[in-house]
Amino acid sequence: MMDLLFFAIFATVAVLCAINVVLQKHPISSALSLVGVMASLAVLYLLLGGEFIAMAQIIVYAGAVMVLFIFVIMLLNAGIEVRRGRSWMATIFGVPALLGLLGVLGYLLVRWFPDAPAIKFGDFTGGTAKEVGYALFTTYLLPFEVTSVLILIAILGAVVLARKELD
Amino acid sequence: MPPIPNGVPMSFYLGLSALLFVIGVAGFVLRRNIITVFMCIELMLNAVNLSFVTFANYHKQVAGHIFTFFVMVVAAAEAAVGLAIILTVFKNRTTLNIDEVDSLKN
Repeated sequence: MMDLLFFAIFATVAVLCAINVVLQKHPISSALSLVGVMASLAVLYLLLGGEFIAMAQIIVYAGAVMVLFIFVIMLLNAGIEVRRGRSWMATIFGVPALLGLLGVLGYLLVRWFPDAPAIKFGDFTGGTAKEVGYALFTTYLLPFEVTSVLILIAILGAVVLARKELD
Repeated sequence: MPPIPNGVPMSFYLGLSALLFVIGVAGFVLRRNIITVFMCIELMLNAVNLSFVTFANYHKQVAGHIFTFFVMVVAAAEAAVGLAIILTVFKNRTTLNIDEVDSLKN
């Protein structure tokens, strides 16, 4: 029962914060709501037995990435977004198309595994830093090393783009 | 009405993931501020990560966590480059509205 209670609380928080991200007019409010989504997702990862991933979620997403976002919002002094008229396509088909996407996704995901056992906290303990690190440095060593090249390129690209003076 | 199981059914996690993804798509399509659009992309990535971790639990394998780890790494790199692009766009055009950045349109 405790599992279901925790899931209900943090799933509700995540969905409400996600809706808030979309509805808020000011980017800084959206960013703070997104921090709420990421923190509640970290709790859900813990419930699923992903200790390492939950901590990485807090540190990398809620910490580093969102600080970067808030830095840029403050640097650019981004204000309330200006609303304009939308195209008639978006007005008429937008919401039904999204609900259709949700329906298809939900139906497929729910029906795919009809006999899946209920997830209990403590069933799966393979998500510790030790297990993840072992898999990362043995089976997935090559992708891990390629990742470092990707990050190096991203750093160089960010520096070059931020310094560039265009006409 | 089936009895309430001890634990959380896996479909709840997958349904939550689908819901968060659709909210992210809605924001991506409807919002006009380039920074908010970017945040909605992060929201979609997070929704997919939840699915990965759920399936890792279902299969009792650590591979799903490794995938989530790589998604996080790529998202961090993407955020760094994307925000640098946003800075450059703002420097050149002094606007954050994606409707006004349309020089590829004509």
